[in-house]
Amino acid sequence: MSVVTVADEIRPTAAMIEAIEVFFDFGQTPALRGASVSIREGEILAVMGPSGSGKSTLLHCLAGILVPKSGEIRLSGTRIDTYPESERSSLRRDTFGFVFQFGQLVPELTAEENVALPLLLGGVRRNDALARAREWFGRLGIDGLERRRSGELSGGQAQRVALARGLVARPKVLFADEPTGSLDSLTGELVMELLVTAARQDGTTVVLVTHEPRVAAYADREVVVRDGRVSSLTPDLAP
Amino acid sequence: MSVPLTLLGLLEREPSHGYDLKRDYDTYFGRDKPLAFGQVYATLARLSRDGKVVPGEAEPGDGPDRKRYAITPEGKEEFEAWLAEPVTPEPHLQTVLFSKVVLALMLGRSAEQYLDTQRAAHLRRMRELTELKRTDSLIDVLLADHGLFHLEADLRWIDMTAARLPSLARAVAS
Repeated sequence: MSVVTVADEIRPTAAMIEAIEVFFDFGQTPALRGASVSIREGEILAVMGPSGSGKSTLLHCLAGILVPKSGEIRLSGTRIDTYPESERSSLRRDTFGFVFQFGQLVPELTAEENVALPLLLGGVRRNDALARAREWFGRLGIDGLERRRSGELSGGQAQRVALARGLVARPKVLFADEPTGSLDSLTGELVMELLVTAARQDGTTVVLVTHEPRVAAYADREVVVRDGRVSSLTPDLAP
Repeated sequence: MSVPLTLLGLLEREPSHGYDLKRDYDTYFGRDKPLAFGQVYATLARLSRDGKVVPGEAEPGDGPDRKRYAITPEGKEEFEAWLAEPVTPEPHLQTVLFSKVVLALMLGRSAEQYLDTQRAAHLRRMRELTELKRTDSLIDVLLADHGLFHLEADLRWIDMTAARLPSLARAVAS
């Protein structure tokens, strides 16, 4: 186990986002016990592991949703786990994108309003936000659905709307937690294909939590979370 | 299923007679297809000729062969290399995967590490097939799908086995 003694200032790193010796407990139950992982810019990393291993908790810590009990989260070398909630909230809105297992669209809004949401919350004017949102419908093969509400969308359509919402603000890092978990195999494949293609085109770094090997096979590399720690299956061969 | 390497693995525990080897092989690896005595002795003779095992002095008693065989450093090296190496990821290889896990547990090696190596090899192959699907014709996509689903079945077995390792280790040790 390496002893991390770096100061809190920015330090040069090839990593876009990293967790260093992160511990997190849910009450008395430890969820992460010294989890370390480093994801390079533009890399698509699959985080695998059995249920309850801590993989979603790791994602939530990396994304600034949860604050580790100890350890560090760094974004481009800058420590972000020490940020106050308001700044972490801005990061989640402007720098990070999210896709979850069940699209979690806002039912009262139309599909295009859902996609535009991160932009609207970030202060982009409504018309501009909606125009930028609409660009994604063609790109993800869901044009014509812009005015539908989530109740009027199939699972695969809703998940593509959620993917558009995750990517619309051009995030540096997209966090995807079981993004195909509620879809059949063929629809899941389509969503993964779109996710990977969009991420590659835009150079987006992706942290993909999945327990499905066929989904993990879209990633560049995979790690396994076990008992709150991260094991690399494959040596990191990149320069 | 490699009979010579499995026998080498069994001999790594302790020097054994041919009939002990047959009994243990049948218990763990030959449930559907027990090993013939003739094959055990022919394999031991070949391993002995190649310097992988050495026969001890003949012991008094009945039976065709009363020699106790011991593994040589060369045999041990060959077995270790085989054990550590992932099986080529293709469908229908469960028996070899299974043998490696049982032998690793029996010999107190890290079966978990072996399973991780195998998991990485499987995922690498799955990435290649996934990449193929993005570029090839629909017929190739169908073939790649077939491979992917079978490799995924292996991976599920690997995950399940990894989760069962502590109880498996107790079962094999008893």
